Amino acid sequence: MKTIYLDHAATTATDPKVLETMLPYFHEHYGNPSSIYSMSRVSKNVIENAREILANAIGAAPREIVFTSGGSESDNFAIKGVAQALRDKGNHIITSQIEHHAVLYTCKFLEKNGFTVTYLPVDHDGIVKLNELEKAITPQTILITVMHANNEIGAIQPIRQIGEIARKHGITFHTDAVQTFGHIPVNVDDLNVDLLSISGHKFYGPKGVGALYIRRGTKITPLIHGGDQEHRRRASTENVPGIIGMGKAVEIALTTMDSEAKRQIALRDEFIKTLLDTIPDTILNGHPVNRLPNNVNISFEGIEGESILLNLDMEGIAASTGSACSSSSLEPSHVLLSIGLTHEFAHGSVRFSLGRNTTKEELDYVAEILPGIIKKLRAMSPLYKK
Amino acid sequence: MEQYSEKVMEHFRNPRNVGKIENPDGIGHVGNPMCGDVMELYIKVKDNVIVDAKFKTFGCGAAIATSSMATELVIGKTIEEAQTITNKVVAEALDGLPPIKMHCSNLAEEALEAAIKDYHEKLAHKKA
Repeated sequence: MKTIYLDHAATTATDPKVLETMLPYFHEHYGNPSSIYSMSRVSKNVIENAREILANAIGAAPREIVFTSGGSESDNFAIKGVAQALRDKGNHIITSQIEHHAVLYTCKFLEKNGFTVTYLPVDHDGIVKLNELEKAITPQTILITVMHANNEIGAIQPIRQIGEIARKHGITFHTDAVQTFGHIPVNVDDLNVDLLSISGHKFYGPKGVGALYIRRGTKITPLIHGGDQEHRRRASTENVPGIIGMGKAVEIALTTMDSEAKRQIALRDEFIKTLLDTIPDTILNGHPVNRLPNNVNISFEGIEGESILLNLDMEGIAASTGSACSSSSLEPSHVLLSIGLTHEFAHGSVRFSLGRNTTKEELDYVAEILPGIIKKLRAMSPLYKK
Repeated sequence: MEQYSEKVMEHFRNPRNVGKIENPDGIGHVGNPMCGDVMELYIKVKDNVIVDAKFKTFGCGAAIATSSMATELVIGKTIEEAQTITNKVVAEALDGLPPIKMHCSNLAEEALEAAIKDYHEKLAHKKA
């Protein structure tokens, strides 16, 4: 059975062209970029080339890019690094209730270490309330960190406006752009950000590589100490194949982004409409328009997400859920609770995230299969009485 | 996602005894939508033997499979025998559950306990 993969927000397949670009750097050009012989210069040069590609893509200077092991490290580096560097200036951090755990748990960690954190609420569409931000700022505030778009419900945040407010108050501003970079335009000056996290495998690059943009002049303490790599901001021998692969993935993303976003938005909106029209007691989570081109997040009343996923899996369809039963805690997704869903609806959420290879035929097939699955599970549920 | 045993998946795909029993002799209603699982267990008792059991469950794959297995285990048992069916017994009958899913088997045990308690109360009420 052919798999219909609709979990691109979790990860994407590495583009074959990306893989091809990477391969020689495992066994042919394997020199350590820090060494001085000519073999190593090859590695050094290709890393700097990738850095330039990425910098150009987001409107930054190459010096402002630090390669990391991925989105989680970039988030940890940004938040812990700024908190540490500005500790003498203040101990207050502002974030939102719907951040990825890489941001949320980093903030919780800092709370245990003498920092105070404000978690901004969001509206029913999952958009951060700007008026709450102004109110939360104190003379102690040293960092604001709000994601560019939410990974579960796809809601795109008013980053530019948040950045303006941050700048007005002289507060460092970080955004986690893991879900947006490579999919919608990301420019650090348009967005008014000082730090920005990127992950390679979310846009058809390899896993285990990412980047943190650090605006020139931003005070930050390294997370990983050791050698002089990355201008002493991140020790560790560079992941040469990974970095080159991510560079190639950026190049491909830039040429396909506009047309692909347009295509996905059309598919997305038709798919959403079909599901809401054909399955009763079903709601769309997240903003209907300000959302990632590839994100569909639907809650089905009275049934639980994991059992929907298992049924979809039997039909060869891969998707994800915000239900508690997919995690080790009993709580459903903090994002779904933040937008005001009841537990009954929050447990019954399914996220379908589209990708470059997603076709209309695939989505039509899912839309055909799904009503039967929902009906079967609802017939079994003591909570669904209609 | 956690890996389920083939037996769990088999019960999930083809759950036994789904539904309600009209005029049941005992009902167990346990769980909470907050935690993501709710189970209703209905039993029919004749001469101290559970002759039929049906369930309705809101929950994950493990919750549905344990509900199904629990009904299979109790049918044909005396009330006293049914009381010895613990969450462990249900989980073992399914060739085990992933550790984070063990709480789902508690649901089945609690539902059974509640249904038997309800049966005893109804019986006492009838006699009174």
